[in-house]
Amino acid sequence: MIKLGEYRKIVGDEIIDELHLLADRISGKTIQNINSTAVGGGVAEILTRIIPLLKELGVNVGWDVIKGDEKFFVISKKIHNALHSARVEITDDELNYFLDVNQKNAEEIDFYGDIIFVHDPQPAALIEKRNKIGRNWIWRCHIDFSNPNKRIWSFLKSYIEKYDTVVFSAPTFGRDISTKQILISPSIDPLSEKNRDLPEKFIDSVFEGYGIDREKPVITQISRFDYLKDPVGVIRAYRLVKKHMDCQLVLAGGGATDDPEGKKVLKAVMEEAKQDKDIFVLHLSPASHLEINALQRGSTIILQKSLREGFGLTVSEALWKAKPVIASAVGGIPLQIIHGYSGILTHTIEGTAYWIKQLLSDPEYAKKLGENGREHIKDNFLITRHIRDYLLLFLSLYRKEDIVYL
Amino acid sequence: MAEPFYFHTQFNLVEILNKKSKNVIELLEGIKVVPDSSIFYHTHKFLEQHHYLLPEPANDFAYWISDVLEEKTLGEEIGSVDIVDFPSIRELRNRFIEILEEHIDKNRPVRNCTEGSEFHFMACKTFILPTPYIAHNLKEFKEILRKISKSSLYFHIFEARIRLGKVDNDFSRWLRDLGKDRIAAEISHLDPYTYTLEGLREKIISIICKEN
Repeated sequence: MIKLGEYRKIVGDEIIDELHLLADRISGKTIQNINSTAVGGGVAEILTRIIPLLKELGVNVGWDVIKGDEKFFVISKKIHNALHSARVEITDDELNYFLDVNQKNAEEIDFYGDIIFVHDPQPAALIEKRNKIGRNWIWRCHIDFSNPNKRIWSFLKSYIEKYDTVVFSAPTFGRDISTKQILISPSIDPLSEKNRDLPEKFIDSVFEGYGIDREKPVITQISRFDYLKDPVGVIRAYRLVKKHMDCQLVLAGGGATDDPEGKKVLKAVMEEAKQDKDIFVLHLSPASHLEINALQRGSTIILQKSLREGFGLTVSEALWKAKPVIASAVGGIPLQIIHGYSGILTHTIEGTAYWIKQLLSDPEYAKKLGENGREHIKDNFLITRHIRDYLLLFLSLYRKEDIVYL
Repeated sequence: MAEPFYFHTQFNLVEILNKKSKNVIELLEGIKVVPDSSIFYHTHKFLEQHHYLLPEPANDFAYWISDVLEEKTLGEEIGSVDIVDFPSIRELRNRFIEILEEHIDKNRPVRNCTEGSEFHFMACKTFILPTPYIAHNLKEFKEILRKISKSSLYFHIFEARIRLGKVDNDFSRWLRDLGKDRIAAEISHLDPYTYTLEGLREKIISIICKEN
């Protein structure tokens, strides 16, 4: 398990010391996290990392998981997709079943926290328990909420408005609700396999393994094979660049084995790539963290040409590796990239190609963008900042004024 | 004998307000009604979040007007408002209102941004807390300055002056009490908005070093 002290050499002593100062102010309160799964998925991953660090800071923090059968999880997956604006049919009976399971959990769970910290929609209706037990309730939404299905949002809203505070990951996810809304961006862990430093030899071996030439510029997009990540658009941008500059393109990610749409996208990508020996389409398993880390570190430019995006943590990962990043101005990406300072924001295939050429021609500027990007991630999107924001969030429940002297 | 200097630090929890604008008229309406903490957040966020950049991008309003609405002249005008000249958020807000009203009077119809690129008003709740660092004299003060976090430096220079209405930054006020009027004046006369936080730290230390 990673200890808090290991982050000192990355973020500096003063940042860790300040976390201790803040954590002392929340002592005596117990925080109870509740979500729908202990393993798998982004929420479980971040809780697995953050909770031991909060405990090390002396915070009383627990984690409980709701119980549900397969039917419940199928319905909650539909709700999740609907909130992501997918067209999904959900019957009233299904919504009632979703509420029944929440109610059953509300009866069975031991609510020991002073602060009940509920994550994502699956357990959102536990708030009904508040009438009986009181306490402070926070709902943390980890998903893209920019364009939720109206019917499902209206259903969920009646529960969300009963919380004391709601937390979203990007300003555009904010809703027209009476509850106080807080912005807390997600984070990356610089010591995880996805992000930790790697020996140059290992990076070389990964590139060699795939036959990618590190002597020639490498443009890379890491993302699952999904239309919303526009991998075909990436290939078209690469072709516009290739007319004038020799380079290679790497498209690496997963999502094509268990997802029928992923298979279609992968097929379209393969067709678009045709026989170009400088395009590398790599279908990787979800556990290929070190390989992806190496591919990012060995690349010249990283792209994230998404048509829609949640927060876009792959952008944070690339910036953390001090890579010049060209990305679409969607979802949480504009929070991470200030155009021309810490990366490049584009809107079209042609614009993406233009900026690839610019950065390949001006490696000094590209290097500066990467350095700025890394600094920005270091200060704003590492796990230590995430912990600090959670501590402030907990404290905010007890202090209503704008300027709080602790 | 002056009181010791107690170093504090500060953190912001960001609130999403139920308010967004798609053009300068709506931006003006928002600027008129949002709380002071929102004006402070949008004019100082870059300093905290992008402190490593020089030249720094201007405030959020200017960045959105220039880069999203592509109103370069207005963006430059809003971006060049000299925050250091304003003793309070109220006066700073009034200056933005003046500039926007004048622009809107002369430039109708106004341009809308593309859907999804609206300006989202935010605000911040600020938590201030003491650090273990206490300086009893100039030598200790200088040594501690090298160690404090950027948040602490930011608090004493920016937040204390314009948000807490202390007229001058905390360092200069204490240095005057210590009888170090020259150093106090020199730090007061700095335009801190033109430095990165690390650059500002070095500048203040170099001013103090000249005394020795």
